[in-house]
Amino acid sequence: MDGQLDFRAGLKDVVPTLFGYIGVGLAFGIVAHTSHLSVWLVLLMSLLVYAGSAQFVITSMLLVGSPIGAIVTSTILINARMSLMSMTVAPYLKQESFGQNILIGSLLTDETFALSMNKLNQTGHKLKPAWFHSANVCAYLVWAISTVIGALLGSLIPDAKAFGLDFAVVAMFIGLLYLQMITDRSKPLLRHLTVAGFVALLMIVLMRFMPGSTAILVATILGCLFGMAVERR
Amino acid sequence: MNHVFLTILLCGLATWLIRVVPFALVKAAKLPQWLLQFLSFVPVAILAAIFVESLLVYHAGQWPSVNVGNLLASLPAILAAIISRSLLIVVVVGIASMAVIRLLGWA
Repeated sequence: MDGQLDFRAGLKDVVPTLFGYIGVGLAFGIVAHTSHLSVWLVLLMSLLVYAGSAQFVITSMLLVGSPIGAIVTSTILINARMSLMSMTVAPYLKQESFGQNILIGSLLTDETFALSMNKLNQTGHKLKPAWFHSANVCAYLVWAISTVIGALLGSLIPDAKAFGLDFAVVAMFIGLLYLQMITDRSKPLLRHLTVAGFVALLMIVLMRFMPGSTAILVATILGCLFGMAVERR
Repeated sequence: MNHVFLTILLCGLATWLIRVVPFALVKAAKLPQWLLQFLSFVPVAILAAIFVESLLVYHAGQWPSVNVGNLLASLPAILAAIISRSLLIVVVVGIASMAVIRLLGWA
C-alpha cells in the first residue's frame, strides 16, 4: 500500500481482502443452497444486504420460519457497528458531493473501512472517491459472484475448510489490525495496544452474556470510551 | 416466496440506512471535538473486537469457549504480519497455516 489514491491503487489495495470475500462468499452460497434459497434470492441478498454475518443469520432465520420483524431486528443489531465505521470515515469525505458520500457509504464494509483507515496513514490523512469506489465495487462484485458460485455448485465444491480458506477473513483482520496499530502515528503504539487489549478482555466477558455480533458493537463503544479516558489523563 | 423477498428487501433497506445515514449526518453538521476523539479509536477497537470474536465460540448463558483452530492459525499469521507488514502475505500464511492445522487434525 502506498500514497496513491487513484482507481488503480484502489484495485491493487483491495486484492488481499478478496480471499476473505471468496472464502466466506462460497461458504454462504453453499449454506444458502442447502437452506433451499434459490440462486436468484442468494444474488438478491448479496446485492441488497451485502453483509457476511447478517446474511448467514437471515438465511438460518428464514429456514426456521422466523417472523420478518425478528429477522430485520437481528439484522439491525448485527450491522449496527457499520454506522460507527461510516461515522469514522465520513469526515474525510466531507468535501465531496452528497452523492459521492452516499455511494461510498452504500458499499462500505468492515474490510474496505479498515483498508481506508490503513490508507489514511499513507496519504497524509486524505481519501478520494476514485480510490474508494474501485475498492468498494471490486469487493462488492467478488462477494456477489462468490455467493452465486457457492449456491450454483453447492455440494459439488469440495469443502473450502479443508484448504484453510475459511481462515482467510480472520487472517485479513489480523493483518489490518496490526498495520493499523503500527501506521496510525496519531497515537503512540502503546495506546493502540492498551485499547486493543482492553477490547479483547471485554469481548471475553461480554460473550458470557451476548452473542458475538452484539459484543463487537458494545466492546467497540466501551473501548473507544476507554481510549478517550486514557488519552485525557 | 413473497415473504422471503420482502424479508430480504427490508433487511437490505435497514442495512443501507445504517451505512449511509452517518455520512448524511456528518455532511450536514460539524462533529464536536469529543466525538472526533471517540471516533479516532474506532479502527483499532473494532478490528480488535472482530478478531477476538473469531477466536471465541458463543454458548448462550455460559462462558465462551476457545476456537482452537483459529487461535493456533492466528499465531503464524501474527508473526507474518510483524515480519512482512504485507496484508497479502498475512492472508496467504494464515490460509496455509489453517490447512496444515486441519491436515494434522489439530482442529
